[in-house]
Amino acid sequence: MQTLVIAEHDNQKLKPVTRHVVGAAGAFGAPVTVLVLGQDCGAVAQEAAQIAGVSNVLLVEDAAYAHALPEALAPQIVAIAKSYSHVLAGATVEGKNLLPRVAALLDVAQISEITAIESPEIFVRPVYAGNALATVQSADAIKVITVRATAFAPAAATGGSAAVQTVAAAPGASGSSFVNRSLSQSTRPDLTAARVVVSGGRGLGSAENFKLIDALADKLGAAVGASRAAVDAGYVPNDYQVGQTGKVVAPELYIAVGISGAIQHLAGMSNSKVIVAINKDPDAPIFGVADYGLVADLFQAVPELTAALS
Amino acid sequence: MKILVPCKRVVDPYVKIRVKADQSGVELNNVKMALNPFDEIAVEEAVRLKEKGVATEVIVVTIGPALAGEMLRTAMAIGADRGIHVPFDGETQPLAVAKVLAALVKREQPQLVLMGKQAIDDDCNQTGQMLAALLNWPQGTFASKLTVADGKAEVVREIDGGLETLALTLPAVITTDLRLNTPRYATLPNIMKAKKKPLDTVQAAELGVDLTPRLKLLKVTEPPKRQAGSKVPDVATLVAKLRDEAKVL
Ligand SMILES: Cc1cc2nc3c(=O)[nH]c(=O)nc-3n(C[C@H](O)[C@H](O)[C@H](O)COP(=O)(O)OP(=O)(O)OC[C@H]3O[C@@H](n4cnc5c(N)ncnc54)[C@H](O)[C@@H]3O)c2cc1C
Ligand SMILES: Nc1ncnc2c1ncn2[C@@H]1O[C@H](COP(=O)(O)O)[C@@H](O)[C@H]1O
Repeated sequence: MQTLVIAEHDNQKLKPVTRHVVGAAGAFGAPVTVLVLGQDCGAVAQEAAQIAGVSNVLLVEDAAYAHALPEALAPQIVAIAKSYSHVLAGATVEGKNLLPRVAALLDVAQISEITAIESPEIFVRPVYAGNALATVQSADAIKVITVRATAFAPAAATGGSAAVQTVAAAPGASGSSFVNRSLSQSTRPDLTAARVVVSGGRGLGSAENFKLIDALADKLGAAVGASRAAVDAGYVPNDYQVGQTGKVVAPELYIAVGISGAIQHLAGMSNSKVIVAINKDPDAPIFGVADYGLVADLFQAVPELTAALS
Repeated sequence: MKILVPCKRVVDPYVKIRVKADQSGVELNNVKMALNPFDEIAVEEAVRLKEKGVATEVIVVTIGPALAGEMLRTAMAIGADRGIHVPFDGETQPLAVAKVLAALVKREQPQLVLMGKQAIDDDCNQTGQMLAALLNWPQGTFASKLTVADGKAEVVREIDGGLETLALTLPAVITTDLRLNTPRYATLPNIMKAKKKPLDTVQAAELGVDLTPRLKLLKVTEPPKRQAGSKVPDVATLVAKLRDEAKVL
């Protein structure tokens, strides 16, 4: 058995999710190789080599890999994957975009967003927005898996001393070209890695009012999230969405403000350690999962809470 | 230009599902079913492209039981022109579905396959990417905006940090995100019209695809239940509890 972990990065720095995937890979008790594909991303390979538990780093650089287009990456990963028993990536937008393409080329099933590893071929994954857990067994020679970061502790960033080996690039023909990326600028912590998350919903009523959420988040050093309704209404950008079809978070403290608690939203946050709900409707479903519920008008309660934390 | 839109029949998104006591799966008897919401968005987008004169025909396809075939009428009421039903009674898995779709693409020669990013029952988020791989086509996943012109598709994608724009050479596979459009309500006349639209049946065996699940489902269980906590009377109590009881401040 040998495990291949596909690194996620921006050509300069490794994304934290990769250390969670390496952490998950530890369950197989087999050597872990990290594959870094990108353009001028030697620094990323060096970073990966330091991760505890990594025994090998493969570095493949080419201009065609600059934007992680799956058309370019998948054939290269397939060529390398043939000598591994498991191929893992984070269940991020990038991982979800890429790994099914790899699996189909290998003619194997892909196992999405696992939350537990029972054995090298048995995995647990949430289905129906997390309202059921499926335990599945794969008989494929190569198991291609995306890993939910919040379910696995990250491997330590240091302690490893893997060798970095360069592999010649052979990008796939693409038909796809990168035009641009507009990334939300934020000085706040990353939503999926933050210790505290403050999320706002439709109850906020406007983008302007979302400043109440920002102020509370700033006081707590928290990341800001949102419900789908808040994103759809244009209060905040799409990458704030928490839920079945958005991001999955599991912070120590999750504060839901003006969010009703639809199953699709709960799917993204119900594994948070402590949940606080502020909602004016005492029957809102969010109170069914909240450790502490405050039935109140958010326009009074949130500024009061922000002030109380000063 | 033809557009193919794969459609899955799933449990309605607003139904609270129940896990069967014998852990064999989720209770589907007498449960309200619906067209997968992402697929409904894909149908709407395809119909809009037809209305703009970009597409000439919208073909919807499903792999599933007889009732899934019936559900294609819902897609035809939105405006799809005809349907293909590939009968199968068990659980469909993404790789096999992608193989059926690839075979149908060879037959129908669409320039675009528009489909959901995710089926809300299995939450796999795989089939579109797999289909693109099997066809060696480019993919534009999680699309929140789509422009098709001159043999190209410009796709704005929802990614982890914001938005990304790609230019794809057709033919291509596009998967939909929630904000691509808001599907119309089917009007009564269109529901009536949909009943007369052609709906063909094609066997998976004819297409040379084995739909037997590749991943073995060992069991389905309920997630651990979260205990509801308590209500606090005011902000001061909340802060005190978070500080002294939960120790998260
Ligand atoms: C396929 C599909 C996928 C989906 N994916 C997601 C997803 O990933 N994430 C997600 O969040 N949703 C998702 N949804 C949508 C989900 O079903 C809900 O519609 C959505 O979560 C509702 O958002 P909300 O709670 O902000 O709005 P609402 O349900 O409208 O709730 C607003 C709440 O604010 C409260 N409120 C209003 N004013 C005040 C006030 N002044 N003070 C205090 N409280 C106030 C109200 O009492 C109410 O409870 C999805 C739906 C579908 C069909
Ligand atoms: N049985 C099926 N019949 C038709 N389309 C399907 C089927 N299963 C999946 N799809 C399509 O593939 C998309 C993604 O599904 P999945 O990969 O299962 O999350 C769905 O939104 C549908 O467009």
